[in-house]
Amino acid sequence: MVEQTLHSLSQFLPETTLTITFCISILAGLILRNKPKVIPVISFAGILLATVFAVRQMGSSQAVFSGMIVVDPFAVFFKLLVGSTAVIIFLFSIYSQEVQSTLKRLVEYSSLLVAMTLGMFLMAGAVNLLMMVLAIELTSLSSYILAGYTKEAPDSSEASLKYIIYGALSTGLMLYGISILFGLTGATDVYAINRSLAATSVNSVALLIAVLLIIAGFGYKISAVPFHFWTPDVYEGAPITITAFLSVASKAAGFAMLIRFFKISFIDFNLLAAHAGGVWGLLQGFEWNKILAILSVLTMTLGNLVAVWQNNLKRLLAYSSIAHAGYMLMGVVVLNDKGLAAVLVYFMVYLFMNLGAFYVVMLVANKVGSEDIDSYKGLGYRSPFISVAMVVFFISLAGLPPTAGFIGKLFLFAALLDARWVWLAVVGALNSVVSLYYYVRVVRNMFLRDPEGSTEPIRFSFPQMAILLLLLVPTLLFGLFYSPIVELANASVLMFGVR
Amino acid sequence: MVEIQSYLILSAITFIIGVVGVLARRNAIIVFMSIELMLNSVNLTLVAFSAYLGDTTGQMLVFFVMTVAAAEAAVGLAIVIALFRNKQTVNIDDINILKW
Repeated sequence: MVEQTLHSLSQFLPETTLTITFCISILAGLILRNKPKVIPVISFAGILLATVFAVRQMGSSQAVFSGMIVVDPFAVFFKLLVGSTAVIIFLFSIYSQEVQSTLKRLVEYSSLLVAMTLGMFLMAGAVNLLMMVLAIELTSLSSYILAGYTKEAPDSSEASLKYIIYGALSTGLMLYGISILFGLTGATDVYAINRSLAATSVNSVALLIAVLLIIAGFGYKISAVPFHFWTPDVYEGAPITITAFLSVASKAAGFAMLIRFFKISFIDFNLLAAHAGGVWGLLQGFEWNKILAILSVLTMTLGNLVAVWQNNLKRLLAYSSIAHAGYMLMGVVVLNDKGLAAVLVYFMVYLFMNLGAFYVVMLVANKVGSEDIDSYKGLGYRSPFISVAMVVFFISLAGLPPTAGFIGKLFLFAALLDARWVWLAVVGALNSVVSLYYYVRVVRNMFLRDPEGSTEPIRFSFPQMAILLLLLVPTLLFGLFYSPIVELANASVLMFGVR
Repeated sequence: MVEIQSYLILSAITFIIGVVGVLARRNAIIVFMSIELMLNSVNLTLVAFSAYLGDTTGQMLVFFVMTVAAAEAAVGLAIVIALFRNKQTVNIDDINILKW
């Protein structure tokens, strides 16, 4: 028992590092009260270290802490994704006026970001329903507070309240689903649930209700329709750095859990050996992939259609991120290795292009003082480099070549066509066309409209440009040389306990 | 001996009351109370199943659910206070800067 725990601890290094960083950040905040700028450096170093430890876990595949969490390529992939997002967000925070104007509370900001990252690391590896709920809660509670970080701004605390009400509601729904699932199968471990469902037949109506309720919890995390109501409000009200973090990392962690839950709980190992149709094998009489397909169509269509009417760029990006969750759900509908690899590729691409778009919005808001689409009029003449970067990010988000976004969409559609989901692929392609319209609206304002008011050129410092290049170069590069990310994705679809 | 169905029906009813409360009530404090009601019905289901299956896992889960509920209530009320300082209200209908 002791040896097992010690072994588990050695495999738990990234999470342990984050926990210690969290404690040190708070303590250092108390001791170094006069030097608040030191704390983010400590937190940054901790997250960097944890990400390095996560890199070293690559290739291992085992269950630790009596099967509460697993360390497998799939979990490590999402840990790396979340860790690198957190690192980039800390870089953003250096230049965020919203964050830097509240120096005294910088301790809260950086320590809660660490706590949130820890929650997401746990979400990536959780295989026990209890662990999943606790990881979601750790992530959510930190993000509720961070969404209301600029508490003097009325829209920030409003966003925070809306966030916690929707969040608590979906946690309640999910927990009720879990309690029913526990009653049906007598287990909370996803592998045990799988065995129990394979061995005995359970009441299918009760199982339907339970899984629907659990989907409500996951759907809230990935902001899928109809659980998306919080997204636009929170994204608009929260500080931009937090919005960017939520839009990438929180979504990634939610997807990791959703995929793991469905894949392991309902896979039929006997059917899988015979043909590829066993992925949803244990839900006979009910086609879950159809439900997910409908969810995905609703999510992307609503996200794209509503985004067309938005005039605040943060809100526009919020709806666009809802739409992107819809695209990624298309890959979950397929759920074989090819579909999952496509989702992972999409996430890597999405990290760079979405963070890049938010970064430009932040830089412009710092100088112009507004996120309104009208304030982008004539920006192409006032600050050409930033505007060109924004165009690249938007082209990538719309999924046009030669950017990385195209590669992401290409692999998704290929996986869909391969699994004979032609109608879903067509809907996805049509949605990309709609999304092009609202991205181009911003581009038109930047290049084809004369500036209103000030026409002075806007200048940015060299480090700010360097961070922008850090996001811009991969967005272009992965569009041309995509084999490394595809190889990484293909190697990362392996889950512990799934052959 | 009370049958397990009775417990499950009771918890389903309390759960639905909780959900309706969250969706229909306009006072933020009452909304949080309704969320507590939902979580407590989860606890009742877990305990009932736990006794029925003879498996203590369910009762262990209840402790975690209670902790989660307490943490959520603490953060939620803190946010309500922050908002009240800005707007002098806890009515959700008045909290409407952000829309569509």
